[in-house]
Amino acid sequence: MVKVPEKATAFFEYAPAPESRSIVDIKASYGLFIDGEFVDGHGKSFKTINPATEEVLAEVAEADESDVDLAVKAARRAYTRVWGRMPGSERAKYLFRIARIIQERGRELAVLESIDNGKPIKESRDVDIPVVAAHFFYYAGWADKLEHAGLGTDPRPLGVAGQIIPWNFPLLMLAWKIAPALAAGNTVVLKPAETTPLTALLFAEICQQADLPPGVVNIVTGAGSTGQAIVAHPDVDKVAFTGSTDVGKAIARATAGTRKKVTLELGGKAANIVFDDAPIDQAVEGIVNGIFFNQGHVCCAGSRLLVQESIADEVMERLKRRMSTLRVGDPLDKNTDIGAINSAEQLAKIRELSDIGESEGGERWSPACDLPKNGFWFPPTVFTGVTQAHRIAREEIFGPVLSTLTFRTPAEAVEKANNTPFGLSAGVWTDKGSRILWMANQLRAGVVWANTFNKFDPTSPFGGYKESGYGREGGLPGLAAYLKGIH
Amino acid sequence: MTTTSASTASAGVFDDITASESSLRRFLHGLPGVDQVGAEARAAGLGTRSIKTTAKSFAIDLAIRMVDLTTLEGADTHGKVRALASKAMRPDPADPTCPMTAAVCVYPDMVATAKQTLGTSGVHVAAVATAFPSGRAALDIKLADTRDAVEAGADEIDMVIDRGAFLSGRYLDVHDEIVAVKQACGPAHLKVIFETGELQTYDNVRRASWLAMMAGAHFIKTSTGKVQPAATLPVTLVMLEAVRDFREQTGQMVGVKPAGGIRTTKDAIKYLVMVNEIAGPDWLDPDWFRFGASTLLNDLLMQRTKMVTGRYSGPDYFTLD
Repeated sequence: MVKVPEKATAFFEYAPAPESRSIVDIKASYGLFIDGEFVDGHGKSFKTINPATEEVLAEVAEADESDVDLAVKAARRAYTRVWGRMPGSERAKYLFRIARIIQERGRELAVLESIDNGKPIKESRDVDIPVVAAHFFYYAGWADKLEHAGLGTDPRPLGVAGQIIPWNFPLLMLAWKIAPALAAGNTVVLKPAETTPLTALLFAEICQQADLPPGVVNIVTGAGSTGQAIVAHPDVDKVAFTGSTDVGKAIARATAGTRKKVTLELGGKAANIVFDDAPIDQAVEGIVNGIFFNQGHVCCAGSRLLVQESIADEVMERLKRRMSTLRVGDPLDKNTDIGAINSAEQLAKIRELSDIGESEGGERWSPACDLPKNGFWFPPTVFTGVTQAHRIAREEIFGPVLSTLTFRTPAEAVEKANNTPFGLSAGVWTDKGSRILWMANQLRAGVVWANTFNKFDPTSPFGGYKESGYGREGGLPGLAAYLKGIH
Repeated sequence: MTTTSASTASAGVFDDITASESSLRRFLHGLPGVDQVGAEARAAGLGTRSIKTTAKSFAIDLAIRMVDLTTLEGADTHGKVRALASKAMRPDPADPTCPMTAAVCVYPDMVATAKQTLGTSGVHVAAVATAFPSGRAALDIKLADTRDAVEAGADEIDMVIDRGAFLSGRYLDVHDEIVAVKQACGPAHLKVIFETGELQTYDNVRRASWLAMMAGAHFIKTSTGKVQPAATLPVTLVMLEAVRDFREQTGQMVGVKPAGGIRTTKDAIKYLVMVNEIAGPDWLDPDWFRFGASTLLNDLLMQRTKMVTGRYSGPDYFTLD
C-alpha cells in the first residue's frame, strides 16, 4: 500500500478504472442480416475501427443494390405473411422480449458501443443503452393498443420501412427507428452508419435470440450508396432518416413524387439561453452537458450559448473552471467524461471550422489536457466574442466546440435563437416560470428544454423545424409516423 | 490552519451587507438560486466516479484523517469517551501506519476527559455547544455553554444556528448569534451547523452558508445527526459551491463538514470526489474538510485492511468503542 505522506500533495489522481472488454466478442468479419440469417454480401467489404486507438475491429460487408433488394423482399414477405397480420398483443411479446434481452446484455452492448463509437462508457452505460431498452418497452406497450391511439378505429401499418441512421448514437437511433415501426406492424430494412455498424449487428443477434420471425428486421451495412439503394427501392413504403441536412435534402428530392412517406431528423444549431436570474451552477452544468455530452456529436447539441450580457463574464469564468475538470481520454475508463471523435473525417471538419472561428476573430479557449497520441481527439473548446455573422455561430460543427454570444433582452434572445436555418432544440435557463413558457412559445425549435438539456424519454416526441427536418420520433407522434390513418 | 483562515477575518468586507436586516436579506435573496433537479443530478453524476487501487488507498487514508469521531448520546460516560479517544489516536491497533482521525466530537461536559486521554497526540477535541442539538435556549446560555467547553480544553466548537430565526427570516439574529459565539470561542475554531434537514431547500442551504461565512465561521456543517435527513451529497455540493465562491470573492477558505448518515467507505469516497471536483483539491485536507461520523471509521479500516492484504477480515477484528 502506498503510504500517503502526512501532508499529502492533496492531489486526488483517479487511477485508471477501465471497463473490461472481455464481455464482448467481436468477430473478424460480419455479413448482412437478411431474412433472419447472416449472409455474405455481393459487394465489397469495409473496415470499422476503434476511433480511440485506430485499431481495426472487424471487416463488414458493404451491401450493394442486389443485397438491398434481397433485404426489401425479405421484409415484404415477412410483412405480408407474418408480421403485418399478427395480432398486436403477439407483436408486443416479441418487443418486450427484445427489451429484456437488451437490458440483460446491457453491459455487452455498452462496451461495444463505446469501442466502435468512441463515446465514454459512462454515457453508453448510463444513457444510451437504458434509453434503448426504454424505447422498446414503451412501444411494446403500444402494439396492442393502436386502435386506442386516437388515430382512427383501425390504423394500419405502412409496410416496409427503409431506415438510415447516423453514427452518433448508433443503437439508440436504431431503437428510435425500429421500436415504433415494429410496434405498428411494419417490417424494416435498416442501415447503420458506416463507422458504427457493430451494435446494430449485435442487435441482429438479439433478434435471433428473441426468435423474431425472419425478415421482420433486416440489417444492411454499408455507406452512402447502400443508403441510396434503400431510398430508391420501389417496394419501400416509408423512409426514415437521421443524419446530415445535406443527405436529408437529397432523400427528400429522391422520394419526391413517390408514394413513400418520409421523416427526416437532420442537423441543428441549438441555442442554449441563459438569463441573469438562472440557477448559475446548474446552468453551467447544462451548458457543459449541452455541448460536451457525446463529444458534441449530438444533432440537438446546445452549440450556441446565448448568455445575458450582465452575467456573461461570470458564466464564462465558471464555465471555464468547470471545463478544466472534464476528463478526456480512454472511452472505456469509467471516469472519462469526453471520449474520442468518431472518425478522422469528422475530426478534420471540427478542426477546420474551429480554425475558421479563430480566423474570423472568435476567441478560442480550451483547458489544458493531454490527448492520447493515437486515435481521433479534440479538446473541449469554447469560443467567446462570437457574433451571428461568424460561421461557427451558423454551421453545425458536430463536435465539442461551443460558440458564445450575448444578448440584452428576452426579445433579443428569441430573435438570435431563431435566426438560424435549423430548429431542432433549444434550452432556457431562468428561475421565472412565466418566462420559460413565453420563451417556449417564441422559439422555433422542436424541443425546448427548461433548466435542463439533452434529456430524452421515449414518451416525448422529438424532431425539428425548418432545415432540422420533419416528422416526429418518440411518443405517440412517433407511432403515428408508422401508421396509415387519420393524422 | 493556514493564514488564509477566516479567523483572520473578513472584517470590513461584508459590513455593509450585515449592517441591517434588510440589506442582509437583500444580499441573501439575491444569491443565484439552486435548481433542485440539476443539483441532485450533478451530485449523482459525481457519485459514479470509479475510484480504484492507488486512488482508493489515497482516499481511504485521507478520509480517516478527516473523521471527527463522534459520540453524542445521553448515555455517554467518561469511560466511553476515553475509549473513543484511544480509538481516534490508534484507529487500527494492528497497523501503526494507519493515520489518526482529525478529532473526537463530544458534549461539553466530556471535553476534559477527552482532552486528558488525547494529550498532545494532535487529535483535536471538538465540542457541540449552544444548546445542541435544537439550539433552543437564550443567547447567554449558549455563550456560557460555549465558554465552558473552551475552558475545558475544546479546540473546536460545533454550534447550531437558530433555525427558527432563520426560517422566520430573522437572518440578522442568526448572524449576530454566530458572531457572538465566535467571540466566546476565543482561540477555538468554530463550526456552524445548519441542520439542513430542517432548512429543507437548497436555496436555504446556500443562504445559510453565506450567512455563516460572513459571520466568520471556520467550518460550515450540515447536520447534528439528530434530524433526518442528515448529510446528503447534494446538500454538501451546495455548501462546497458556497465555500468555493466565497474564496473567489474574499480569498478566504472555509471548511465543510457533512455529518450524520455517512457510514461506508463508498459514501466517503463519493464525498471526496465531490470535494475534489467542486471546491477543488485545496480542500482535500482535514483542515478544510471533515466527516462527522462514528460507524464510518470501522468501515474505512476494513477497506484499508482489504487494500493491504487483498481480503476482507470480519468485523470482529476491528474494535467497537
